Amino acid sequence: MIVVIDYNVGNVKSVCNAFRHIGCDVQLTSEAAIIEKAAGLVLPGVAAFGFAVSALGKAAAIVKQSALGGKPLLGICVGYQMLFERSYEYGEHRGLGLIGGNVVPIPPGRTIPHMGWNLVKLPEDMDLFTDLGNEKHFYFAHSFFAEVADPETKIAHTDYGFDLAAAVQKANIYGVQFHPEKSGKTGLKVLRNFAELCEKRS
Amino acid sequence: MLTKRIIPCLDVKDNRVVKGVQFVNLRDAGDPVELGARYSQEGADELVFLDITATIRSRKTIVELVEKVAENVFIPFTVGGGVQTAEQIDAILRSGADKVSVNTAAVENPSIITRAARRFGNQCVVLAIDARLSKTRKGKWHVCVKAGSQPTDIDVVEWAVEGEKSGAGEILLTSMDADGTKAGYDIELTRAVSDAVNIPVIASGGAGTLDHLYEGIVAGGADAVLMASITHFGNYTIKQMKEYLAGRGIPVNL
Repeated sequence: MIVVIDYNVGNVKSVCNAFRHIGCDVQLTSEAAIIEKAAGLVLPGVAAFGFAVSALGKAAAIVKQSALGGKPLLGICVGYQMLFERSYEYGEHRGLGLIGGNVVPIPPGRTIPHMGWNLVKLPEDMDLFTDLGNEKHFYFAHSFFAEVADPETKIAHTDYGFDLAAAVQKANIYGVQFHPEKSGKTGLKVLRNFAELCEKRS
Repeated sequence: MLTKRIIPCLDVKDNRVVKGVQFVNLRDAGDPVELGARYSQEGADELVFLDITATIRSRKTIVELVEKVAENVFIPFTVGGGVQTAEQIDAILRSGADKVSVNTAAVENPSIITRAARRFGNQCVVLAIDARLSKTRKGKWHVCVKAGSQPTDIDVVEWAVEGEKSGAGEILLTSMDADGTKAGYDIELTRAVSDAVNIPVIASGGAGTLDHLYEGIVAGGADAVLMASITHFGNYTIKQMKEYLAGRGIPVNL
């Protein structure tokens, strides 16, 4: 079973709908006992960073502990940004600190937010992208991005007039800046890959 | 490179998709859930659902419809029409929508944009502007509210700039003069707004041919083009639109 962490904000339903659509057992909750039993966790995110972090509250410690204990974790959009050390969206906020780096504004000189479908180069050694080829379009909607400063982290890159980390992986910890649940068939395949790697590890 | 987006728009009235000309003479165009799912499968980049009755009748927004759509649509979609409070925005997002568009409420109380952006992030907040060419000020457009039924004296370009400053993440710019005419987007309006702001602008109102889409993007400077009549009534498929644009050098997600 995949647990989508419920922290009472934004569009978390779409992620659950997408997992259900591909035939996965999924539950939306923030209860520690259920999180512990899950094969994998998804930290969704549609909110401003500070609001998301404070809404996550107590669940933050459980999510962090599970990830450090080896349970696969997938952060999506702001949930992905929360994997890093800190963010500067509307003030300075601390993240979960699972991956080294900070979340900073997209540099000016282009349309912001970065909103729409962009091409992501998919590294062969990231199992999140199994069977998806070398590059695919995914849907992005964000004004901040993570400057990854962790040498142990694999990165999938995209080009928005500068080099943007579209997805990362550090051992069992995964994060995607784009929205797989909103990236059509390609995105659903990423979620299927995540579900499969969770099953394999559990 | 970021691709240009093709966005079918579903105007919803009493749980049916409808389409009119210049906001009146509505024609039935099908079931919103079925049509949304079909466009999603056909490769649309995004969808917009506008509850066109909500503002006038002060009805609450279409949360139940949003839930049904979200179970079947795995591309982003925006919901608008009669949204008045941050609580309504929260309810719509929690039901499965990705963005909420605000028009009348933003004019009546501009702080709704700022509050929603701070809470949900700028990318969730779309400022919808219904624009009419001004009869008194040459080369200017004024903002209309209440589903287009009430003109204001607010200048469209100034309002768009204001909206960006307040925290809107995108502008859905509809030319009421061009809406449903299939005579092409209002290019001057689209260009005036897209030059004035740094956030994405969706051109809306008037798409009738494939060339109009190209013109909206190239001459109008739009990041995305929205259409209703030409898709609902079967003139062109999403694929035809994208192949045409790709053939003329526009980056699209084919």
